[in-house]
Amino acid sequence: MSLPLVVLLPFLGALAAPLFAQGGRTAIAIASSVPAIIALAALYPHWPTLADGGVVLHSYEWLPALGISFSFRLDGLSLLFALLILVIGLLIILYARYYLKAKENVGKFYSLLLCFMGSMLGIVLSSNLLLMLVFWELTSLTSFLLISFWNHKQDARRGARMALAVTGGGGLALMAGILILGNIVGSFELDDVLAAGDLIKSHSLYPVALTLVLLGAFTKSAQFPFHFWLPHAMQAPTPVSAYLHSATMVKAGIFLMARLYPALAGTEQWFYMVSFTGMATLLIGAYVAMFKHDLKGLLAHSTVSHLGLITLLFGMGTQLAAVAAVFHVINHATFKASLFMAAGIIDHETGTRDMRRINGLWRYMPHTATLAMVAAASMAGVPLLNGFLSKEMFFAESLQLNLPGFWAWVPPLVATLAGIFAVAYSARFIHDVFFNGKPVDLPIYPPHEPPRYMKIPVEILVFACIMVGVFPAISVGPLLYAAAAATLGGPVPEYHLTIAHGFNLPLVMSFAAFFGGLLMYSQRQRFFDFHARFKEIDEKAVFEAVISWLTTSANRLTSRIENGSLQRYAALLVISVLAVAIVPLTSLGVFIGENGLSPIDWPTLIGIVVLILCALATAVLHRERFYALILLSVVGLLVSLGFARFSAPDLAMTQLSVEVVTIVLLMLALYYMPSWTPIESSTSQRVRDAVIALAAGTGMTLVTLAMLTGPFTSISEYFLENSKPGGGGTNVVNVILVDFRGFDTLGEITVLAIAALGIYAMLKNTVLTPPPGDGQGHAWNRDAYPLMLRQIARPMLPLALMVSAYIFLRGHNMPGGGFIAGLITAIALILQYIASGMIWTQHRVPFRYHNVIGLGLLFAVIAGAASYSFGYPFLTSTFDYIKWPVVGKFEVASALVFDLGVYLTVIGATLLALVSIGRLSPHSAIKSNKESA
Amino acid sequence: MELAFALAIGALTASGVYLLLRARTFPVVIGLTLLSYGVNLFLFSSGRLVTGGQPIIGSTSQYSDPLPQALVLTAIVIGFAMTAFVVVLALRNLADNEDDHVDGYQSEPKSRKKTEDAEVSGK
Repeated sequence: MSLPLVVLLPFLGALAAPLFAQGGRTAIAIASSVPAIIALAALYPHWPTLADGGVVLHSYEWLPALGISFSFRLDGLSLLFALLILVIGLLIILYARYYLKAKENVGKFYSLLLCFMGSMLGIVLSSNLLLMLVFWELTSLTSFLLISFWNHKQDARRGARMALAVTGGGGLALMAGILILGNIVGSFELDDVLAAGDLIKSHSLYPVALTLVLLGAFTKSAQFPFHFWLPHAMQAPTPVSAYLHSATMVKAGIFLMARLYPALAGTEQWFYMVSFTGMATLLIGAYVAMFKHDLKGLLAHSTVSHLGLITLLFGMGTQLAAVAAVFHVINHATFKASLFMAAGIIDHETGTRDMRRINGLWRYMPHTATLAMVAAASMAGVPLLNGFLSKEMFFAESLQLNLPGFWAWVPPLVATLAGIFAVAYSARFIHDVFFNGKPVDLPIYPPHEPPRYMKIPVEILVFACIMVGVFPAISVGPLLYAAAAATLGGPVPEYHLTIAHGFNLPLVMSFAAFFGGLLMYSQRQRFFDFHARFKEIDEKAVFEAVISWLTTSANRLTSRIENGSLQRYAALLVISVLAVAIVPLTSLGVFIGENGLSPIDWPTLIGIVVLILCALATAVLHRERFYALILLSVVGLLVSLGFARFSAPDLAMTQLSVEVVTIVLLMLALYYMPSWTPIESSTSQRVRDAVIALAAGTGMTLVTLAMLTGPFTSISEYFLENSKPGGGGTNVVNVILVDFRGFDTLGEITVLAIAALGIYAMLKNTVLTPPPGDGQGHAWNRDAYPLMLRQIARPMLPLALMVSAYIFLRGHNMPGGGFIAGLITAIALILQYIASGMIWTQHRVPFRYHNVIGLGLLFAVIAGAASYSFGYPFLTSTFDYIKWPVVGKFEVASALVFDLGVYLTVIGATLLALVSIGRLSPHSAIKSNKESA
Repeated sequence: MELAFALAIGALTASGVYLLLRARTFPVVIGLTLLSYGVNLFLFSSGRLVTGGQPIIGSTSQYSDPLPQALVLTAIVIGFAMTAFVVVLALRNLADNEDDHVDGYQSEPKSRKKTEDAEVSGK
């Protein structure tokens, strides 16, 4: 339990911290430190196990089917990182208390800081690689928010965006890499992956996986060529820089390399990719750091350089180099965090970070100056400080690489050169800031020492630098041993942690670097002049240019595909469906299944031939819209005959009534529209469309043929058996609609209602003037409501209503039901509108169709909900038989109420749609007014 | 029988798709209606073509499959709602743009000419 708790605690703290913001900065700092302290206490009991090289595993299932679990794992390496995160985190919490101003949003700051702490702990403690990935992305997100904490500054927002783009992009690569690794190993659990090193390295996908994982690590740890985001992230408040950009987040990539070291390292690819990247980063970072006038800029580039050093050590591939890398992680975190804090103090007390202005601070703040100078000396690699020890190990390892010929000289030379730069920029940090004359034009003058407690975190870290430097074996030995053992995943080579190893080549390199660096600093003006000759690349401008190029090309691509032409979209849609279907279709061929073809009778054949001819004729003659409509109605009638022919009476009745409504609807639409479609498409386009259409038709024919002749199994037995005993009706289709699948039907009538209301809303307040004639120059008939039609239509209404009542009531047992009855009623009413006009009919049918729809839905829902009151689930139906006088025994099913809802909704929706369209014309109202008058 | 039925569905689909790709709203609506006939028949035929087997309990010895029928029944009604909605979209397009092109305008030069004409006649 304790490991998930360690990860969870900071997140809980992040939720709680803002509550203390009212109590002032001290209160919230104390509250924020509680989770870290408890987490440290929770880790402490595990130390004996870990010191012996043991592993603590706590695992809970999350998504076992996907191989994701809440599993946490603690070994020496993760302990080392967890301690760095928690201890430096605590110091940062204390430091930020004095760094932030009272009016700033401290609640947000501490909350984000704790979120970040939890995410980092998640990375180092996760045992499941996918879980680790989740935390990895969380650190990218929280660091984005922390860098842009001062979000009123444009630079801060841009820097944060750049950091997110680079580390987030790397995160995607890492995800791909981890998925490949998991696929190779068959598990995402760390223990399995680490044990499968040989399998991974011999797999054909190893280079791909390695590249992707390293992309993730290099972007996060600001390795060349992705290093540019780190200096721009210095727009963050200094506690954030000290925490994220020296000690923790940028070490996440390093941690990943260390974590997967047994699984991925030890090959040539690893050696070349990692060591050369590290070497380039080491040199570039150190060189640029020399020339930065911004205090934090110098430290940021120095961080880049040191991260390169650690990467290079991992890349060397020897076991001792890995030990040195782990050691340098500790040392760099301590001296760099303290240097950042010192830089923050100087910024805080002088109001600027420009080294050309802040000079001679020794006189004003000797205490801070002493601390900063010790830390800077450690950064330079001065003996008796921790930086010296790991750098010495680095020098020694650079000599041990067995590279052929000339190449053997490269690593030691690069190492010494980087050492010279490091000494030079450290010397600059010390001399420029604390000596070198007097301060120039400081915003805050005179500067003085910061509050007492602001220096405590720096003191603790500097003390650690000295302790490790002087008594390495006692202070850090056991922890380093445990971490190194966990990194290597096996026996640790012999190494000695002492202040000095006697006079040897690495010591000579150290001295060369030291004096070379001092010499370089003394001659700095020449180097500055030399450096000034080159035009400095503005990474931010390049980055912005790349981003805007990407955006414009994406826009260009989008506008090419999406040009606003519906014709093109429809064509693309059909073509892509064809493209997807073409492979299975070609393998199908002209497929006639085992059932074969059944014989056909003449009437059916004639019907089908007429249907095919009419369908094709509709397409051919579509320019004459009226003819097309007539042909369409023939097709619709034949379809409903087809339903009747193939044993679907309900469908035939529904299709027939829908057909009538549809044709009325289209006639009504045609009244407003031009009656003729002009020729607009070119011949080639029409041929293209015809080919697409033919392909689609052929495909559907083949699929249908294959389906109809294939073997047949159905789940319908259940419905046939239970229709009468379970649903109380013999018309199985209707029982399915109102009972078995009642919920579906409820959804469908809701869609119907929404469509009708949408139509109403779209046409409200719209006026359309119909063309004066039929397009061929004939005026409309002046007699809008012919006498004969009126006389026939009126007596039809009660007859039609009676028929629909009959169809409705018998629906449960015979073909019929709410849908069909509703359509018949609707047609009868529409006929009155056609025959007698809007006003006349509205006058006699005083319903608002919105209310009819609402009532219908209400009935359906009540019928469904009523079953709750009897303790049954939604839409459970019941039925009984009652004896009525005259009628005799009569079945009453609760589903009838539901069907009544369907009936009303269908009427309301159909009429609302048609009346809305009929009302469009400005003439209709006037004419019918005259009529009624 | 099956071949004829399949050809009918193919013809409905082909005509429907061809009309769907036209530039004016009315043919597109007709095309959609034809397509929905084809789709409904296809769905219906997944219960196979049975003669004289209406799924009314007690009326026959061998029943056709009632499930696709129930599905298609609602599909017909929903299809009508969709057709009505598309028709209304087309009418609204006609009312707003005074044009029944599917994109609301025919092409850049033509529509510009139109507005110029309107301006001239307005003067």
